[in-house]
Amino acid sequence: MTTTLTTPTLAPQLAANWERLCPLEDLEVERGRAALLGEEQVALFLLPGGDVRAVDNHDPYSGANVIARGIVGSRGGRPTIASPMYKQVFDLRSGTCVDTRGKAVKRLRVWPVRTLDGDLYVLRGGAR
Amino acid sequence: MSTRIVVIGAGMAAHRLVDSLVTRAEERLSVTVLGDEARRPYDRVGLTRFFDGDSAEDLALPATIFADPRVTLHEDDPATAIDRGDRTVTTASGVVHPYDHLVLATGSVAARPPVEGAELPGCFVYRTLEDVGSLQRHVQERATALDRPVRGVVVGGGLLGLEAAGALQGMDAEATVLQSSDRLMSAQLDLPAGAVLRRLIEARGIAVRTEARTTALRPGPDGAVESVVLREGDELPADLVVLTVGVRPRDELARAVGLDCEERGGVRIDEACTTSDPRVHAIGEVAAFEGQCVGLVAPGFAMAEVVCDRILGGSATFAGYDLSTKLKLSGVDVASFGDAFATTPGALDIVYTDPVAGVHKKLVLSDDAKTLLGGMLVGDASAYGALRPLVGGPLGGDPAAHLLPAGGLSAPTSELPDEAIVCSCSSVSAGAIRHAVREQGCTDAAGVTACTKAGATCGSCTVMVKSLVTGELVKLGKAVTTGLCEHVDLSRRQLFDAVHVSGLTTFSAVIERFGRGRGCDVCKPVLASILAVLGGEHVLDGENATLQDTNDHVMANLQKDGTYSVVPRMPGGEVTPEGLIVVGEVARDFGLYTKITGGQRVDMLGARLEQLPQIWQRLVDAGFESGHAYGKSLRTVKSCVGSAWCRYGVLDSTDMAVRLELRYRGLRAPHKLKLGVSGCARECAEARSKDAGIIATAQGWNLYVGGNGGATPRHAELLAEGLDDDTLIRTLDRYFMYYLRTADKLQRTAPWLEALDGGIDGLRAVILEDSLGLAADLDAAMARHVENYRDEWAETLADPAKLARFRSFVNAPTTPDPGLAHVPERGQIRPARPEERDGDSVLIAGTTLEVRR
Ligand code: SRM
Ligand SMILES: Cc1cc2nc3c(=O)[nH]c(=O)nc-3n(C[C@H](O)[C@H](O)[C@H](O)COP(=O)(O)OP(=O)(O)OC[C@H]3O[C@@H](n4cnc5c(N)ncnc54)[C@H](O)[C@@H]3O)c2cc1C
Ligand code: SF4
Ligand code: FES
Repeated sequence: MTTTLTTPTLAPQLAANWERLCPLEDLEVERGRAALLGEEQVALFLLPGGDVRAVDNHDPYSGANVIARGIVGSRGGRPTIASPMYKQVFDLRSGTCVDTRGKAVKRLRVWPVRTLDGDLYVLRGGAR
Repeated sequence: MSTRIVVIGAGMAAHRLVDSLVTRAEERLSVTVLGDEARRPYDRVGLTRFFDGDSAEDLALPATIFADPRVTLHEDDPATAIDRGDRTVTTASGVVHPYDHLVLATGSVAARPPVEGAELPGCFVYRTLEDVGSLQRHVQERATALDRPVRGVVVGGGLLGLEAAGALQGMDAEATVLQSSDRLMSAQLDLPAGAVLRRLIEARGIAVRTEARTTALRPGPDGAVESVVLREGDELPADLVVLTVGVRPRDELARAVGLDCEERGGVRIDEACTTSDPRVHAIGEVAAFEGQCVGLVAPGFAMAEVVCDRILGGSATFAGYDLSTKLKLSGVDVASFGDAFATTPGALDIVYTDPVAGVHKKLVLSDDAKTLLGGMLVGDASAYGALRPLVGGPLGGDPAAHLLPAGGLSAPTSELPDEAIVCSCSSVSAGAIRHAVREQGCTDAAGVTACTKAGATCGSCTVMVKSLVTGELVKLGKAVTTGLCEHVDLSRRQLFDAVHVSGLTTFSAVIERFGRGRGCDVCKPVLASILAVLGGEHVLDGENATLQDTNDHVMANLQKDGTYSVVPRMPGGEVTPEGLIVVGEVARDFGLYTKITGGQRVDMLGARLEQLPQIWQRLVDAGFESGHAYGKSLRTVKSCVGSAWCRYGVLDSTDMAVRLELRYRGLRAPHKLKLGVSGCARECAEARSKDAGIIATAQGWNLYVGGNGGATPRHAELLAEGLDDDTLIRTLDRYFMYYLRTADKLQRTAPWLEALDGGIDGLRAVILEDSLGLAADLDAAMARHVENYRDEWAETLADPAKLARFRSFVNAPTTPDPGLAHVPERGQIRPARPEERDGDSVLIAGTTLEVRR
């Protein structure tokens, strides 16, 4: 007999490793929100297609926790976020800075996220 | 009877051959294509786009050629045998196809390394749509089962391996690349170039191990791969392994019927792409020319053209391999072309390295340094397109110029001497900027910024940089791109007209009609400002909310530590004692740093996002309004005390300043607007350094326009003299509206007026003599603005939905940013400096000051 993984068996696992942040409906399309994860801060973005992306809220160029407050856009089809501080632009999928404004390349860590039953979860300590 | 052509393999080379045959052939022919994949030919080069959401359908090569009655495609029916005597091919389903010409286009198979465990479940190759499909499914399944990011290991650090690692990352999996040699992309790059590439790859978050020889893959309890064992003895955990260690030509059918093959694989062909049997050709990756098979698509296409020509009776020949390649991994720019390793006797090479910027470039030249032979570009391959066509030919000018950072071009402006320093942050002269345009191929201001760093720091020189670039491009006879960004080809002025005429009111509608995509940080704020002027909506209304940078979005100015400043409007610099007391109390209760600005009002700094509504509630209750210190809009109208108090005052400058500030408050513009009103010619309000300066005389008001402080100060020019109050206001209305409609993005009135047709006289004609018949329109537009003005802070406080935007964290709405730290200084606070945060010698004030409501 084969068993298929369904939502009920997933839920306990989610509880163990994934932190529930908020209902998905608390996010606004193309407008970031910050979330607090222990000592760390994550910037959450809901993209037009329904995809949620999570990266560091800490801006490596200015040192301030402001990434969630930038403008969401795209460069050559890749979703991006522009830091509101010195306007560096980051690829939301990989976290790489794609417009460094003449500075060295830095990146934002990317956090795994998932949704379940209309709620948004982020993996604890899962930044890469 | 028509000529019968049978093609074995339905891949990229086969597709090109059939395409050429049906286009070129006038004689009767019948083409039979046998494929063993269960689908039509697709773009294998673009395979990785599958992970970006491209479907098999999106990747399919144009299928129209198979609708041609002369062509028959048999998918999913591999050829199993060739009979060279009878000239037939038999397929797995048992059908026999007779041929006059047989073409082998079977490509390669992805090799698995000869180590134990290479066939375990969880080990993938990366060659076909089936491969990437099962890889994706596996990652998803493992992610669900493991409930943590999947750990992927890519064995092989060539072009394909790096692409695969990027794909893993795109699926939220971790990626480690193992390369057995001493550097990544060892077929294309030398050691120093490989080292720079490694840093770029690591910066992208992909781990790299070189000289890592895989000796075995070990299964876990479930039988699927669990770890990778290296010769050095290390064992790396792996939830999946992608093997990109090379390919093997699929020459098995050819070997079985005795066609000459290379020992290392590949069907031997001559320059006519004919095998040892004159009736049989081979093209693409399966063909070995001069002993070598090459895994690139361009030589396969060239061979397909040769075979087509030969079948049709021509005498084309294959010229040999072009090994030029470019890595397709976003954010990592790598290319290599021609004789990149300088194997030509006597070859010279020039190298440019900037380890800080992560750039390494090398050009290989003939012994007389005149002919370009090849090169490698890492970190910035923008010159690839220009250089690759020059291989084998003379390289004009100083070869080193081709290696300098990309985007450098220089455009001289008329007045500035070359020695003039345009960007003081990076000490870049006008000459250097012109040079960047002229000699380094920069085609826009962004390119020049990348190349020279001019404008990269404080940004105050960007307008000058842009005008230098434009001037130089015009001199070179090159088209100047006035488009805003990759989403909008129109300039701000054109876009303004387009939105005005079309009557569209939302960003989505405008971008769909006049642009493309979803916009970005460049076009969104520009359009927000245009929509605000034309539509008069609240800046946080509906979709417009997503167009704004944080300043406009939360209606406060972002400070270096992520807190905000609060600047209530004090029209004309006037404030009542009661008002000052409220400001003082608010600042004290919220622990804000207080300062008088250069614009005659009070700034309160250090407010946190979640505090802004509480602070503004107190201010609004006391009758204050937004000062728009954050907006590209009216800032202040500076005044002097004027005739009301001053013994020299001629007219009431304070009263006029208050009237003007109340009239133009909230007006969204291409850049900020500032006014000054002085009560006499002594000019205590410094009005002539403003966008509009008004100076009282015995005859009435003199109006000066186009002044500027800031980085490039300019005195305003006299537009009209001796005006009465109403004429002054009407003239200002038209001046501002005309500027709003026609200026470029982020262009203040001073550079706008300088560039305006006819200068100050032209402006006078438009707004005082109505030479364009626009005056009524401009008047009406300003009347609309005045009528529609509402305080955006008061409106925001009344709207609970808008207030949601001021929560500090989505899961902790009132918790202050724990990263903030303040230090006391002169009785107030300031943000802690990095060294103060690290050391514990300095007293750091908490961020949770007692708040009284
Ligand atoms: C607060 C203040 C300094 C002060 O403590 O006095 C100030 C602060 C800033 N100025 Fe200013 N300027 C302030 C008066 C001025 C003045 C003097 C004046 O207005 O009389 C000037 C020269 C006059 C002029 O504008 O022509 C001035 C010329 C600039 C410039 C250069 C503009 C230019 O055209 O070259 C910038 C950069 C820009 O806007 O691109 C700038 C930009 C800024 C920014 C917005 C920089 C930034 O992005 O953070 C600062 C934001 C302050 C904040 O968060 O509140 N500030 N700035 C003054 C606020 C005035 C007000 O009440 O609104
Ligand atoms: C992910 C990826 C990225 C790449 N990126 C680049 C790049 O950027 N630039 C570049 O130049 N090249 C790139 N390549 C290589 C390029 O795709 C190949 O060089 C090109 O596809 C070769 O064409 P081909 O027709 O010789 O072989 P293929 O396209 O492999 O076609 C051969 C076909 O023949 C079929 N076949 C084999 N045996 C039989 C049989 N007995 N009967 C019937 N059918 C058979 C195979 O199933 C296959 O469909 C990339 C390859 C991959 C996998
Ligand atoms: S400008 Fe004239 S009126 Fe105004 S304060 Fe100076 S002297 Fe007095
Ligand atoms: S960036 Fe050029 S002067 Fe500051």
